[in-house]
This record gives sequence, structure tokens and C-alpha cells, in this order.
Amino acid sequence: MQTYDLEANGLRGLNAALQELNGSSDKTAWEIVNPKGSHAIAVGLNSPAEVTIKGSTGYYCAGMNQQATVTVKGSVGPGVAENMMSGTVIVEGDASQYAGATGQGGLLVIKGNASSRCGISMKGIDIVVHGNIGHMCAFMGQAGNLVVLGDAGDALGDSCYEARFFVRGSVKSLGADCIEKEMRPEHIEVLKDLLARAGADAKPEEFKRYGSARKLYNFDVDNAQAY
Amino acid sequence: MCGIVGLFLKDKSLEPKLGDMLTDMLITMTDRGPDSAGIAIYGANSDGRTKLTVQSDKPGEAFGGLDSALAEALGGEVSIRVIDTHAVLNLPAGKEEEARTALAELRPGLRVMSAGEAIEIYKEVGLPEKVAERFDVRGMSGTHGIGHTRMATESAVTTEGAHPFSTGLDQCLVHNGSLSNHNSLRRRLQREGVRIESQNDTEVGAAYLTWKMQNGATLGEALEGTLEDLDGFFNFVVGTKDGFGVVRDPIACKPAVMAETDQYVAFGSEYRALVNLPGIEDAKVWEPEPATVYFWNH
Repeated sequence: MQTYDLEANGLRGLNAALQELNGSSDKTAWEIVNPKGSHAIAVGLNSPAEVTIKGSTGYYCAGMNQQATVTVKGSVGPGVAENMMSGTVIVEGDASQYAGATGQGGLLVIKGNASSRCGISMKGIDIVVHGNIGHMCAFMGQAGNLVVLGDAGDALGDSCYEARFFVRGSVKSLGADCIEKEMRPEHIEVLKDLLARAGADAKPEEFKRYGSARKLYNFDVDNAQAY
Repeated sequence: MCGIVGLFLKDKSLEPKLGDMLTDMLITMTDRGPDSAGIAIYGANSDGRTKLTVQSDKPGEAFGGLDSALAEALGGEVSIRVIDTHAVLNLPAGKEEEARTALAELRPGLRVMSAGEAIEIYKEVGLPEKVAERFDVRGMSGTHGIGHTRMATESAVTTEGAHPFSTGLDQCLVHNGSLSNHNSLRRRLQREGVRIESQNDTEVGAAYLTWKMQNGATLGEALEGTLEDLDGFFNFVVGTKDGFGVVRDPIACKPAVMAETDQYVAFGSEYRALVNLPGIEDAKVWEPEPATVYFWNH
């Protein structure tokens, strides 16, 4: 286990050291102390390193992650795990806006609440939020799964493509072209696996599924006057 | 961008440290707004008298003999405390309007930053650290205070364009965002007789709150009104003589974090601004909800 004091040694040194492992298959364990809300901690990793951040972080923590497991023992600012490709990011507290934005793969677990625009333009990432999510989540979501154990805010899944949304609590409102869909056995299976991997104590049967009505896929001449 | 910090103390024992804590918070937000910085501090009440904080680009000329000249014009005792480019004039109660008129004649070009029993506003162009140093903000005590670091978008980088803005007695407002209907609203408010001195969008927001409160709204009601009447992006943090309020627009794309303990309520554009506050590890920390008004009163 390597310990890195971010306040004493600076951000560039940390990211350089972590990125030096890129390409290796070492499961190196790192502990980062004194993050104090700093931006861009543990970004651009591409090795199976296990990084634990002891405290809360600012913008863009664990961005562009590949393979690595990054655990934040605190809350995160905007854009956690933005454009994640693979690996796992676990936030023990809350996440600010656009958590997991544009993510292409991997698993993002938020044990508290996520605020607005969580999973915006998601492209294959799986996101499990133990608490609630804010407004405009998964806007233009293309692929992947967003699982919410609590409630969802306004305009969930607005203009979404093929991303799937599973919400256990209430949904304040659905966005344009997002509808409730039938929960089939294959969805129960997907959800069961995600909940287990995210350490979430919930039954798949308690969730409702939402997704695209696919009405915005093609231009509808009846809407011509709207433009 | 722009950075906001705010601190509303519940624990009186922290009051002597208010300026020190706010300065640290403000400096942390330098990279969100390096153009100018400002602070509104609610200090000890002036025994019913009115404090007028004024600013001049030529403080030597403007402030020399100003107390006696103003005392003569107002027919009452006036004292002056000069701090760099700013000065705090201590006037007999209720003489604020008369003083403004007299100052316009005695010292044309002098800018009034704030007026009230408790409020003092200090703001200048430059890095937050330098601005705080010039006014020795660290040494200031008080019950609550609001600071702002500005990255200019809607108007020029000048002292008038710096935040906080005050358009009513003991009221101030800082803003992160940009208002898009400020020109039409400015005209509407000016027709109602509200004083607006700059072309800045935020000053219109401050004037709007003042106008609402002049017409009987509470701070909370005035803040609710912003959600209806203002168009654009805003995180507002406002101060009154004994209150502190926060509101975010419904889209809420500008960042905000709040923390509360038995000792204080704190606001920061980012968590970084709050990390050195006492007991932050155990504070209730949350992101204020969009289109939701929060306020606290002493």
C-alpha cells in the first residue's frame, strides 16, 4: 500500500505516479490522503490499480478511468468518472452534477445521492445510485444502465436512445420520449447482477424500468410546424 | 465562472475570526474569479447610526476633510475610518439619502458601496488575496459575511462591476451566473424609482430583491420571486442585517455546496472553499436544491 499526501505533494505528482502504471497488470494499492476537494484526482488511469481517496474531492475525480478501482471515502464534485471506459468508481458520499457523464463502460456506484444530469449522454456505463438523483439525468443516454434505489427528479431520460433506467422510488417527471417499459426476465437478471456488484440491498422486482419510446428517432412530418 | 463564499455564524465565539475564515475561503476561490474580489461584512451595529462605505480611485483627495465637510452639510456628527481606497462614514441615523446628495456635490466621483447599520462592503479589481490584504479583511469581525471572486462576463472589469452589490440598507447580493433579462428588468425597476448605478446584470438582481422587500416581501419571498422574474443562470447568496439566504435557478448548472454545524452555516461554490472550517468533517454538507430558497436569521 502506497500512501500519497495530496496536500503536501501536489496533484501532478499523484496523477503522474498513477499513470506511470498504465499498461501494467499490477494491482497496486494506493491511498490518497488530504484530497480537500481538489480537482481531477486519479484521472486517466489504465491499470488495475486500487486507489482509495480518504476524503471529499472536487471536479472530475477519476475521469476517463480504465480498469482501475477508485473508491472515494467522501463526496465528489461535478463530473466524477466522466467518460469512464472500464473499471469501477465507488463514491461513499454524494455526487454533484453530471456524475458518469458520457461514460462508455465500467461501473459507477454512488452510495449517497447524485444531483442533476447524472449519466448525461451515457454510452455504455452502468451507474448505480443508492440514494436519489436530480433533474435531467441520463439526458440523451445512448447505452448502459442507470439504477436508482431512491427517487428520480424531473425529466428523467429526456431524448434518450437505448440506455435503460431502473428506478425503485418515484420519478418526478419523465423527459421527452422517455416512457415506462415492461420489466422482462432479462431485465431482472441485469438488475440483479448490477445490484449485487454495487453492494445494494434491494430486490430487482421493486424497480420500474424506463427507456426510449423511439418516437424521436425519425423525423415526423406532423411535427414540421414545431420547427 | 466566479466564486462565492459565505459564512453565517451561529456561535458568537467565532465572530472575531469571521474575516480570517472568509479570507481563507475567498483565496481558495481565486481560480474561479481572478479579475476582482469583494466582501460584505456585517460587523457590530453602529448604535442606531448609519454606516456609509464609500470608495474612490483617488482616496487621498477624496477622503481628506470629508468628515468635517459632510458634518457641516448634514448638521450632525460624522466620523470617518479610511481603509485603502474605501472609507466608512459614520452618520447620524436616517441621514443616508441626505449624505448621498451631499457627497455627490462635495466629492463627485465618490462611489457609495453600501449603507446600513451593520454592513460594510469592500471590493476592488485584482486577485482575491491582494484585495483581502489591502482592506485587512482578516482582521475584521462580524456576525456574517459574503465574498465573491469575479470572472467577468456581462460587464467590464472595474470596481463598479465587482461584487457584492448593495441596493438597499444592510442588503447585499453576490452572483455566479449571468442574467439574460437584466436590461428590461433594469428599465422596469428604474421606472419604479429603484437606484441602479451600473450596467451589470447582478446589480439588477440585487435591485430586484430590494424592490420586492420595499414592497413588503420578506427575504424569503423576495428570493422566491427571482425564480419567476429573472431569466438566466444564477446562484445568489444574499445578506441582510440579520439574515443570510441562498437560491439557485431551476437549471442549477453553477456549482454550490453548503455546510451547517451548530457553529455556522457556510456556502462555497466548491467544497474546496469549506475544507478548513472548524468541524467540517462532521458538518452536514449538501448541494442546495435547484429553485429552492434557503435562509437563516439571527
